Amino acid sequence: MNGASQRKFIRLNVAGIILNNLQTAYSVPTENKTIMANISSNFLGIKSPNPFWLASAPPTDKKYNVLRAFEAGWGGVVWKTLGSQVKNVSSRYSAVDYGGQRVMGFNNIELISDRPLHINLKEITECVKLFPDRAMIVSLMADNDKKSWHELIKKCEDAGAMGFELNFGCPHGMTERGMGAAVGQDPEIACMVVEWVMEAATIPVITKLTPNVHSVVPTGRSVVKAGTNALSLINTIQSVTGVDLDTLVPNPYVAGKSVFGGYCGPAVKPIALKMLTTIAQDELTSKVPISGIGGVSTWKDAVEFMLLGASNVQVCTAAMKHGFRIVEDMIEGLSNWMDEKGYKTLDDFIGKSVSTITHWEDLDINYHHIAKINQDKCIHCGLCYIACEDTSHQSINLAYGKPYNTYTVKDEECVGCNLCKLVCPVDDCITMEEHRVAPEYINWIEWQKRGLPLNDH
Amino acid sequence: MAIQNNRLTKEQYEANFADIHPPFENKTAAQVEASRCLFCYDAPCTKSCPTHIDVPKFIKQIVTDNVKGSAHTIFTSNIMGAGCSKVCPVEKLCEGSCVFNLLDEPPIPIAKLQRYSTEKAMENNWQLFERKNSVGKKVAVVGAGPAGLSCAHVLSREGIDVTIYEKESKGGGLMTYGIAAYKVTPQFCEDEVNYITSIGGIEIKYNHELGKDITLSQLKKEFDAVYLGIGVGVARQLDIPGEKLEGVVDAIKFIYNIRANGYPSVPVGDKVAVIGMGMTAIDAATQAKRLGAKQVTMVYRRTEKEKPCTQHELDIAMLDGCEVIWLAAPQKIKGSGGKVKQLVCSVMKLGDPDASGRRSPVDTGETFTLDVDMVIKAAGQVPFEKLIKKSRLDNKNGKIVINENCATSIKGVFAGGDAVNGGKEVVDAVQAGKDGAKAILKYLAP
Repeated sequence: MNGASQRKFIRLNVAGIILNNLQTAYSVPTENKTIMANISSNFLGIKSPNPFWLASAPPTDKKYNVLRAFEAGWGGVVWKTLGSQVKNVSSRYSAVDYGGQRVMGFNNIELISDRPLHINLKEITECVKLFPDRAMIVSLMADNDKKSWHELIKKCEDAGAMGFELNFGCPHGMTERGMGAAVGQDPEIACMVVEWVMEAATIPVITKLTPNVHSVVPTGRSVVKAGTNALSLINTIQSVTGVDLDTLVPNPYVAGKSVFGGYCGPAVKPIALKMLTTIAQDELTSKVPISGIGGVSTWKDAVEFMLLGASNVQVCTAAMKHGFRIVEDMIEGLSNWMDEKGYKTLDDFIGKSVSTITHWEDLDINYHHIAKINQDKCIHCGLCYIACEDTSHQSINLAYGKPYNTYTVKDEECVGCNLCKLVCPVDDCITMEEHRVAPEYINWIEWQKRGLPLNDH
Repeated sequence: MAIQNNRLTKEQYEANFADIHPPFENKTAAQVEASRCLFCYDAPCTKSCPTHIDVPKFIKQIVTDNVKGSAHTIFTSNIMGAGCSKVCPVEKLCEGSCVFNLLDEPPIPIAKLQRYSTEKAMENNWQLFERKNSVGKKVAVVGAGPAGLSCAHVLSREGIDVTIYEKESKGGGLMTYGIAAYKVTPQFCEDEVNYITSIGGIEIKYNHELGKDITLSQLKKEFDAVYLGIGVGVARQLDIPGEKLEGVVDAIKFIYNIRANGYPSVPVGDKVAVIGMGMTAIDAATQAKRLGAKQVTMVYRRTEKEKPCTQHELDIAMLDGCEVIWLAAPQKIKGSGGKVKQLVCSVMKLGDPDASGRRSPVDTGETFTLDVDMVIKAAGQVPFEKLIKKSRLDNKNGKIVINENCATSIKGVFAGGDAVNGGKEVVDAVQAGKDGAKAILKYLAP
């Protein structure tokens, strides 16, 4: 299957209606065809037709899966971590469901690849041969000595790897052996291992950071100094997804016991975005490209990671929940969004939001907005009211009606916290309207300096 | 043309009278729908329920897998919550006011979710209420229908010893005897009565009819208070010629026979006319069709706009293949050999609004004739006027008059439900029973 031709989208303008057609075979009038955004990615010279890689994880454990992924359209894979032979247990995964949806969060207690190294290497070679236009990164976690790292690097390069990702993040199983997160949590050890790697590697090296630290920046800086060509983050977060209320054993269950597992999926995205931003804003770590990981499930998630400094993204949980087919919409959605915004290439928007995250002290205190409830859209569920009344600023008025109450905002009481808008189930029913206190920008430090009044309500 | 029973095979009867609103297949199915609920504050659904069930709460409890709590929430407000989940016209009550209607989205299937929790409670015989120790007071409740049972349950919870006198051999009242069998089965009604009375402190004396086997003065003497939940029973007469012909039946009796005697035993005509357009008329028409009548025509003197049944109910009749003639008032029933042959109707038009606010039908002078062999009268029910007058209770056309404390004109005698309001939904009767019990507790308080 030719992945490149599959990504050629044709936009048809039929009688003023914009249609996006994935299947060129169905496109009839072609005269209005416009060139779509170019979503191809170049990460340290490693090219892929789109910025969507599969993260090092079970989906990239063998040739069968990887070929299916490439056929589905994924831009690249990070092959599941290679190292010493290990053995896995059963069961391995557990999840957190929320609001009637499965797998809001996901955790696993799998170790690195438990397949013999020579089979993995042989299959890597075969995959690269079949799909030379896709990125083939190999994740590594050698035993904790220079020789082991050098040997592994050599074998993988010979197999056709285009880049390495150093697994300094795995939070379970391997840490007890002094590997994975045990390396990533200690900037000095991480530095040492990266130095070993850089001595031997002739292809780009990405260092994957663990989030199981108070800040990812110290290890990030340390490995950048040691020469890593790029960073990726986040790895999984140590977690207990829940306790079975019948067996009283936490998940996942292994013969009456459990262990902390690595948490991922949509639930971790906000944490990942924060950690990504700290790396993207640091003077030193921002000098290398970043591969963003952590709960990316849709094209929107991917764009957010890229806006906050990721050059590409890696996906795992969403694919594990839905299969590789999700990449189709990721490609199409990204492309359509870029067209709408006028971005021709990924570099046009990567990192564009990094500078908008600032220090609290720099925020404009004169900015003020007030909630407004659109009565035509309101369905009278009362969720805004009870949230504000019980837990916020008593800024919403309830006028009794049977069966429908009417809710309105008390402008003078509203502090503009957003809570009502956030809980409102109807899109754009509650909007926040700007009512500046004063036209000029003033921050907290300046406010104090001038001795301006504190809470005036 | 003839009236006959046993028209269908066993399988056909079973198919025709199968549960019209099947339950959720499993927990997942229930939770998918329950998860859609927004958990509204001061929820319109709750406000639209005559018993004020905390709907968002019980649905949330299904989501959190606290089905026992969910059933408790429902039964706290409505001890007949299981039956109501099957027979309530929810399209004009809770589900009709669900906020999703305002988004043109299907409302939360509240009744189906309510059935989910309450059925589990009944299946497992969860005892969700504890009766207080007996306080040594005795109350007689007349009628084991929704009002009486609801009143008895509240009283028993408070340690009152309750004796219910019921003229039929089974409890449940119109729930058991007056509702289409595809909504609730007789077995379910019996189970529900048993579940309600399993709290203890409630004795039901069946086959005890007021005015026949017992008298009000007797009850007054033997008990500290009396609650009358005797409902309405007698079908309104049409007062037209031919009403005594063989083949003219009243809808309440017709439905009663289906429920008491079983489907094959109930005779039905080839061509049936049903007079009226209330819920009972619908239940009679659909069940006549389902018993094997070839043609069922519903005759109503006003237009579709004034119909007392809900659109949902009318749709059931239409889907069953019943025909409707609007603006038609029965004028006379013609027969031969003592049997119904034709129904002659006056063509009506709408005049000025009447006391109910609906435009009243006016005779145009024109008539038309339907060839029928059976006429089912479902033009409403009238109260037990004779009995009530004999008991010297203040009444209005046979409807017992009560004050704001549910008290009748006789000290210590309280009343509620259809006997007072002339006939409303089951859920209204349940609320009336609660109100009555509250008033009785106040009356008995030392």
